[in-house]
Amino acid sequence: MKRTEPFEFYQPASLQEASRLLKENGPGGRFLAGGTDLVIAMKEKGLVPKYIVDLKRISGLSGIREQSDGSITIGALTTMREIETSPLITKKYSFLSQSAAEVGSIQIRNRATVGGNMANATPSADGAPALIVLNATAKIVGANGDRTVPLEEFFRGPGQTVMTSDEILIELTIPKTGPRLVGEYIKFSPREMMDLAYVGVAVAYNLGASDKKCEGVRIVLGAVAPTPLRAKRAEAALEGQTLTETLAEKVGQIAAEEAKPISDVRSSADYRRAMVGAMTKRALLNAAAGPAKSWVERRERRY
Amino acid sequence: MKMNIQFSLNGKSISRDVPTHRLLLDLLRDEIGVTGTKEGCGTGDCGACTVFLNGKPVNSCLVLSGELDGAEIVTIEGLKIGPELHPIQKTFLQDGGAQCGYCTPGMLMMSKALLDENPNPSEEEIRFALAGNLCRCTGYAKIVQAVQDAAALLRNR
Ligand SMILES: Cc1cc2nc3c(=O)[nH]c(=O)nc-3n(C[C@H](O)[C@H](O)[C@H](O)COP(=O)(O)OP(=O)(O)OC[C@H]3O[C@@H](n4cnc5c(N)ncnc54)[C@H](O)[C@@H]3O)c2cc1C
Ligand code: FES
Ligand code: FES
Repeated sequence: MKRTEPFEFYQPASLQEASRLLKENGPGGRFLAGGTDLVIAMKEKGLVPKYIVDLKRISGLSGIREQSDGSITIGALTTMREIETSPLITKKYSFLSQSAAEVGSIQIRNRATVGGNMANATPSADGAPALIVLNATAKIVGANGDRTVPLEEFFRGPGQTVMTSDEILIELTIPKTGPRLVGEYIKFSPREMMDLAYVGVAVAYNLGASDKKCEGVRIVLGAVAPTPLRAKRAEAALEGQTLTETLAEKVGQIAAEEAKPISDVRSSADYRRAMVGAMTKRALLNAAAGPAKSWVERRERRY
Repeated sequence: MKMNIQFSLNGKSISRDVPTHRLLLDLLRDEIGVTGTKEGCGTGDCGACTVFLNGKPVNSCLVLSGELDGAEIVTIEGLKIGPELHPIQKTFLQDGGAQCGYCTPGMLMMSKALLDENPNPSEEEIRFALAGNLCRCTGYAKIVQAVQDAAALLRNR
């Protein structure tokens, strides 16, 4: 395997310094978080950064915290393994910890950060759909101050986000949700692990206690468009309705129509579209059934 | 660009000038001469290069030396307890958990990480934990067996 070319390496202790380094040194620099995308790009895709700015010496960028208003903030440098195993996330949003558990291997997840997963903006990124169904916002800091954008509007295309090159994603915030929120993330790939999603589907809705009506329905598709995609027509078809197998099937078909998949080495566009239908249906039904108890049950529940 | 880094390797502290772009895997093998850690793929897929970085198993083929100042690294050479093989090493030997042995250092490090967290893993939990470690020889059944036997040895110690 190819080795990386030499580069200048900076380890700033503050965000201001990090952002200034990118501004002053000009184009060709990259931020480094866990390196599981960046080092691969340097080894496999011929990327030669002029300089690298490591974000890991800046304090306060990692960790999961529940705020007094009931929202949850996840620092951008929080690893996927921390999200997978966080007692808070596992209890409140098990489908979000499951989506983190779908990334690579434990070794990868000990390094891969949620901020890197977002900033790298791969259409198949496993972290994105579940965070978007939870209405997460992204806080971004740059030389010209900070701003907060809905994660749904953060992605611009494969590898493209709303951030400029000197901007740093510092945290994701999940606003408070109701006690009846249920959800599911399904990563569909023929290999059980260590594969990228052919299709990813995240769903969440509030499930009425007695009437079983679905409210605040959100459905987000991964790997079937240049960016994670909200299936808004499918959401509308379920809104206020009681979930049945027939309705889940219909909602899945609408989501399949909304997807904009491409054909590539992993699968044809037609197959992806069909799997969006099947996986959306399953995700909606699984969400109502409650969280899977084990890894095996989770994988089996895809079908 | 070179940089002075200080880190601990298998309990010994080391101070060294290293090129910041040198991969941890190459630093270990080519510069320090500790060659138990292997390179299978170089892309994070095979796990042969697994080492503990600050207590957690990671792929050393994806870590840059520039990141390592203050780090604590444990490699397969650090697994033995004094002169004794670690129980995980014993059961891999005994059960035929290694054939050509190329994947074995990574398998052992990852098995240790699993057993540190979960002293009594099920077969599925073992397969889940070892998902990022590829073996072209054994077919995995004997590796799973070796991890289960090691777990029993460690529990009964
Ligand atoms: C073997 C293997 C398997 C994988 N499997 C999966 C998988 O199943 N699913 C999946 O989704 N991904 C997978 N990945 C991809 C990768 O692990 C994830 O996308 C990971 O979350 C990237 O995070 P990182 O911290 O390693 O990012 P880095 O590699 O450090 O950074 C990625 C990019 O984002 C930028 N960046 C990072 N953090 C910030 C920040 N806070 N602000 C601004 N810019 C930033 C960097 O400059 C760089 O351009 C896999 C990778 C490997 C090597
Ligand atoms: S050599 Fe590092 S994972 Fe294969
Ligand atoms: S024993 Fe040969 S690769 Fe595992």
